[in-house]
Amino acid sequence: MKTMLKTGLSAAAVSTLLFAGYPASAETIFLSTQARPIEEAEAMRNTVLGAFDGEVDYIPQEDGPFLNRILAEAEAGDVSIGLVGALHGNFPVLAGADALAPVDDIMSSLGDRKLIGTFVELGKLGTDKQHYVPWMQASYVMAANREALQYLPEGADVMALTYDQLAAWSANIQAATGERKLGFPAGRKGLMHRFFQGYLYPSFTDSVVTEYRGEKASAMWASFRDLWKTVNPRSTSYDFMQEPLLAGEVWVAFDHTARLMDAFNQRPDDFIAFPAPAGPEGRGFMPVVAGLAVPANGPDRAAAAKLIDYMTQPETQIATLKAIGFFPAIEMELPDDLPRGVQIAGAAVTAQSASADANPSLLPVGLGDKGREFNKVFMDTFQLIVLRNADIDETLDRQAGNLRKLMEETGAPCWAPDEPSDGACPVK
Amino acid sequence: MISEKTLPYWLLAPSLVFLIALFAYPFADAFIIAFQADGQWTFENFRTMADDINFGLSFWNTLILVLIVVPLQLAIALTMAMMLTKIRAGRDLVLYVWTIPLGISDLAAGVVWLALLSERGYINTALSALGLLDGPTLWLSYETPVALFVAVIFAEVWRATAIVMVILVAGVQLIPKEYNEAAEIFGASAWQRFIKITLPLLKPSLQTALILRTLLAFEVFAVVVALGGRDLPVLMGEAFLWQFDYRDSGVASAYAVLILLISIAFTLVYLRVLRVKEEPQ
Amino acid sequence: MTDATQEDLQDKRNLLDRLLPRWSVGQWLFATICLILCLWVLLPIYLLVLSAFSPRDAVFAWPKAYLPFDISTDTIAFFFGVRGVFSAFLNSVMVAALTMVISIGLGAPAGYALARFRFRGKDSFRLLIVMTRAFPIAILALPLTVTFIKLGLYDTVFGVALVHSALALPFAVLISSSLFMGIPFELEEAAWTMGCTRFQAFWRVVMPIATPGLAAAAIFAFVISWNEVFAATILTLQHPTLTAFLLTTLSESPLYFRFAGGFFLVVPALVFIFAVRKYLFSMWGIANR
Repeated sequence: MKTMLKTGLSAAAVSTLLFAGYPASAETIFLSTQARPIEEAEAMRNTVLGAFDGEVDYIPQEDGPFLNRILAEAEAGDVSIGLVGALHGNFPVLAGADALAPVDDIMSSLGDRKLIGTFVELGKLGTDKQHYVPWMQASYVMAANREALQYLPEGADVMALTYDQLAAWSANIQAATGERKLGFPAGRKGLMHRFFQGYLYPSFTDSVVTEYRGEKASAMWASFRDLWKTVNPRSTSYDFMQEPLLAGEVWVAFDHTARLMDAFNQRPDDFIAFPAPAGPEGRGFMPVVAGLAVPANGPDRAAAAKLIDYMTQPETQIATLKAIGFFPAIEMELPDDLPRGVQIAGAAVTAQSASADANPSLLPVGLGDKGREFNKVFMDTFQLIVLRNADIDETLDRQAGNLRKLMEETGAPCWAPDEPSDGACPVK
Repeated sequence: MISEKTLPYWLLAPSLVFLIALFAYPFADAFIIAFQADGQWTFENFRTMADDINFGLSFWNTLILVLIVVPLQLAIALTMAMMLTKIRAGRDLVLYVWTIPLGISDLAAGVVWLALLSERGYINTALSALGLLDGPTLWLSYETPVALFVAVIFAEVWRATAIVMVILVAGVQLIPKEYNEAAEIFGASAWQRFIKITLPLLKPSLQTALILRTLLAFEVFAVVVALGGRDLPVLMGEAFLWQFDYRDSGVASAYAVLILLISIAFTLVYLRVLRVKEEPQ
Repeated sequence: MTDATQEDLQDKRNLLDRLLPRWSVGQWLFATICLILCLWVLLPIYLLVLSAFSPRDAVFAWPKAYLPFDISTDTIAFFFGVRGVFSAFLNSVMVAALTMVISIGLGAPAGYALARFRFRGKDSFRLLIVMTRAFPIAILALPLTVTFIKLGLYDTVFGVALVHSALALPFAVLISSSLFMGIPFELEEAAWTMGCTRFQAFWRVVMPIATPGLAAAAIFAFVISWNEVFAATILTLQHPTLTAFLLTTLSESPLYFRFAGGFFLVVPALVFIFAVRKYLFSMWGIANR
């Protein structure tokens, strides 16, 4: 027994040594859900943060552990993370748990920078406080292998496609090659829900919440289900479309620009980027905004402020664009010497927002920590109608009930393209 | 204080305290979360779970997967264990090779089988070289649920049969040789000896192996995700989604409680069916 | 002419006889099954290694080459250059080593009690200890993380080792109990009659016999810890283990990095199992008797 105790004690002694072994770090911990793939993370550390005057430990992490960690630190009241970077959708969860310290003071110290107004507004998360500083932006566009262009339906302009033309194009490719080569990021970590919220619904119903069900929505789902017959069935496991594009599994794809960038960069002569298609209600599209926020009770607020200042400087914004393919969140001229991939994607983003029938949507606002359940409604509908062939009207009725419950619980007012509402956004 | 009578309890105490601190206490926490919503005691979380579009699918997928994989692993492991008693030359080498998967994590196993089974993977290359396929063919998709299911079974059998085998090999070694020799003298065939002598004497090892393997099989997750993404929902995967993607710990805990209950039910069945009489010491 | 052919055939038969062992049909069948089962284990690993050492384009190539004609160490080499890989590797080793010490230190006494004593609650204890593995640890993520932060165990090697020990402990108890059961009780009794105390008898007589088996059980705990990714991911921040460090690589990076990451995970397993191959049987003896 005694020796057992001794073994236990010496184990404890060894371990005390082990955790005393780490020096208390003066470096700022920058936790982020972006630039996770190993090469991008390396580029962030070496290129983007390399010129920062101070010690930064850049730690990319998947959304789940990312949120878990920040919430746990906040709950325990012992915060080690200095700065967090994430997409817009993650911040309401953190703000809802009071895990973020508002950054109004830091915002005002950035005076000379022209942060894009709509993003600053989004960063308030529907409150009167600034919860994050816009960090960088992207959008979703389409990408295609040049080999696919020969199968474009007659009279179709790839820079101004409609959903009908996309369907015809995809069907042509299938007829010619015997393979289904249209792809969507409908995998577990893919961003497919944004396709429904910001692209398909606005293009067909000019709405995302109010017209969730109804004739227009039913017709939309029916035509999307038809389109899906020519979609590569691996789509439900694609998270980043650049990979199947490079592998040749997919010739035409929809995704977040940063998740297509690898394809454009590696083989710029083989791939083109173009705007998302248009439907009867115009060309729906949506921005992606990533922000920088400071955890409440963080270790060194001044260091975090300094890092935010650095990250939003024009030079750093360009370095970020080159490294991970996100565009500046400040108004600025882009230099000419950008990597080919960035040029390709950038042209498509510009063409998309400048198109005559543009129908811009905003990211959901005011849903608080229910944003993920909001996404789930769209993905569940997709799974039921498209993958499992369920009855469209029945499914929409059932899911509209879930959506209404969600909107009423959160009381979130409508956002573009829905008409502004007093109180919770209604579901027809 | 420490007497012959209390000694065993003193010896057990450290591990018991340790497990209570690290498991039992948070368990209780999760249990409470599962039965609460907005501070009220309720079955709401379980209702949400049962209403979810993936609940039925994930429940049946998991159950069928366990019911196929565990017996299959048992059969293969038994074959291996019996073969090892017969091998003369190279026994150590064979044993080493067969136990290699013991050290391979489910994450790594998923990657390994992805390399084999993807559209342009090695298995398709082999099949098309044999003239069975025309070109790259997709197996791992929602359109081919059976193929996807079979792929997961392959990967699970590959990864986790070794632990069953090691337990059974150890058990077989403990069976006194005299029994078999005596039976042989009385003219029992190899098959009769296996059924009448080896299997009954192997019961304790079978019990341990089955309980351990079944518990872990109900938590199957990483391999399924690596091969099928969200196309093959399983209980543990849904628990993960609710915990980390939809951020609803209540429903996630409800899934966990369900997994625990099913595991307990299976364990009780094994204990009953493979009952072992306590031998006097 | 015919004679010559006959002789020829005879020669061939002799040659075959010399080259191949004289086995019966049953023995051939046996050997074939044995070989198939070996290939079943080895072939997938070989192909993973092959993929990890292929040039990046080869990962998408069709048809695949089965032989290593085109070797490239680019992807693997990139891994060694990534900042943090080496310290993550060290962390993994330290966590696993601690897990070994804790789980055997706590589990061996319990195993001894289960092997040598008959007492109330013995069966319930054994069942309880196994059932701890039936509850998914992922669900405990938030409460566990909060507790660890409060206790100062968060992001430490020791903290991760504690959770890994809890995962390895059931195995350690079962394995060690079967080990001790395999050592005749009479040996201990003999030592008592020669004036040894219970503890001395254990230390001088039982331990020397049990040590190799316990070492094997310890290595098994090492493997469990080495492979565990979930707790390691949520409980660390700046000091991740190798598996936690590789997690996003394995799930989100391009295919060629995934194969290389898989290679990094599989190779240590080969070494560990090789190290303990002799003791694998003695580990799982009479566990349930």
